[in-house]
Amino acid sequence: MVVVSKKIKSMADNMASYEMGKKNSLWADARRRFFKNKAAVISLIILSLIVIFAFSAQHLTKWSNEEIDWAILGDVATMGKPSLKSGHYFGADPLGRDLFARVAQGSQISLMVGIVGAAIAVLVGTLYGAIAGYFGGRIDSIMMRIVDILMSIPYMFVLILLLVVFGRSIFMLFVGLGLISWLDMSRIVRGQTMVLKNKEFVEAAIAGGSNHLTIITRHIIPNLLGIVIVYASLLVPLMILTESFISFLGLGVQEPNTSWGALISEGAGQVLYGTLWQLLFPLFFFVTALFSFFFIGDGLRDALDPKDR
Amino acid sequence: MFKFILKRLGVAIPTLLILIIFSFALMKLAPGGPFTSEKPLPPQVLANIEAKYGLDQPNYKQLTNYIVGIVTKGDFGPSFRYKDRSVNDIIAQGFPITLKYGIWSFILAVLVGVTLGIIAAVKHNSWIDYTAVGFSISAQVLPNFVMAPILVIIFTLWLNLLPGGGWNGGQWQYLVMPVIALATSYMASIARITRSSMLEVLNSNFIRTAKAKGLPNRVIIFKHALKPALLPVITYLGPTFVAMITGSVVIDMYFSTGGIGQMFVNAALNRDYSVIMGITILMGVLTVLFNLMVDVLYAWIDPKIRY
Repeated sequence: MVVVSKKIKSMADNMASYEMGKKNSLWADARRRFFKNKAAVISLIILSLIVIFAFSAQHLTKWSNEEIDWAILGDVATMGKPSLKSGHYFGADPLGRDLFARVAQGSQISLMVGIVGAAIAVLVGTLYGAIAGYFGGRIDSIMMRIVDILMSIPYMFVLILLLVVFGRSIFMLFVGLGLISWLDMSRIVRGQTMVLKNKEFVEAAIAGGSNHLTIITRHIIPNLLGIVIVYASLLVPLMILTESFISFLGLGVQEPNTSWGALISEGAGQVLYGTLWQLLFPLFFFVTALFSFFFIGDGLRDALDPKDR
Repeated sequence: MFKFILKRLGVAIPTLLILIIFSFALMKLAPGGPFTSEKPLPPQVLANIEAKYGLDQPNYKQLTNYIVGIVTKGDFGPSFRYKDRSVNDIIAQGFPITLKYGIWSFILAVLVGVTLGIIAAVKHNSWIDYTAVGFSISAQVLPNFVMAPILVIIFTLWLNLLPGGGWNGGQWQYLVMPVIALATSYMASIARITRSSMLEVLNSNFIRTAKAKGLPNRVIIFKHALKPALLPVITYLGPTFVAMITGSVVIDMYFSTGGIGQMFVNAALNRDYSVIMGITILMGVLTVLFNLMVDVLYAWIDPKIRY
């Protein structure tokens, strides 16, 4: 008897959770799966801390990112060490500027580049891929051939060429990143669109008299969102990496602005003088942020990618 | 097969043409000519110099001359900054250096990456597997410009084993750090790809049959599983190669190896347009050629590909 009641109880539980499951929307389901992933949640927390640091650190220190501390300028290697007493929590850079403030400012720029770069890729790549995939045929093959050609161009060199010709500025950096970042996105979106366009709901929309634009924006793209979000979350660290690469070469952001790449470059150039903090603080933020982005991206993929369910 | 190669060339040639036209147009769009300096030259002198470099001709003529020069003679024209050197001289000086450590990095990345991936897959869920996975995750956030200073801290500052930079004719002490710095993150990617494709192959039916026949593990892995498992790795060789020639820019700058990347960044900072263009186009040619080679290799190895 006891056994039976236990069985009934578990069945009832199952039923209850089944009912609950039925009520959950796709997005609520994804959210639940995401928050179950410990690595992703911890990464999200760490990343939030970095964002908070980037935008509030300037108020925590008496130094600005541009101001030179003349008292230590002559001997940064010994007097510019990280210390609470001098107010240089992360030490000073080779020019005697406060590294704490500069890392905060660099984090702002790097995060911004990552997010804006990914946003451009999402907008352009999704539209381009959806149009190519939806119309198919000759339009598709021409559009995708263009993507093929652009992909086989050594973009880092072209990006540097762009920056040299039009002057180094954040705006140009965005244009350059925007030019290349959408290519992969458009391929992925095109592939998904070709699957979606044969589904019944698209047929229904056509039968209902919707025009192509409405079908693409109202029916195709919303169904692509999952894969687009996953891929965008992986694009953010890639954009940050690219920007850091360019800034490491001294071709990216301009003084007094800085970024993780520029700071790493500055610190890396000083390594042999023993001022390791100039490298390690920006490096720590860079590596931690990239790690977090990758884990969040992974978590999102597990949560949203229909293939893995 | 021949038709397939022709078809791929049909994409490759327009790609290179577009690259040339695009960089040429960018150069023309640049504010100020190549000879604008702080002290303006007398107009007659400027006109003479421009005539010497052929800049007085209409744009399309310059472009066709440039392309014809490259195609027929492999001539990228003169440098605009160094009067006595042509772009070819500059490339000839830097390219062998880049090629030398580039090839070593490529070999290192492929050999270690593939080996690590195979071991990880064969010993699935063992500590070796976890180490390999951990390595390939962490190396993703350690690009060459992060690896380079870290290596210098370890090997030059702390252990005092290797010189912190320079080239010195390519002696091995000068090669070690550039090669490792350039190879690490691609090694990790190759290991990850090899591991997952090897795992997939090891779980497939024909491997189960091989096991059921009682074949020794060694034969199963090397004779049956390896070839199909390496197919995805081959597609990754193209991007790896491209990333390595791109990454050489950082290596050259940080280790002062004097390779093509250093030439490129110096030219970029000096606004020496003809050198920038020359190197960009050369890299484009290399990229396209290498991708073509990988495509052909892939089609040759994988019978499922129809061409």
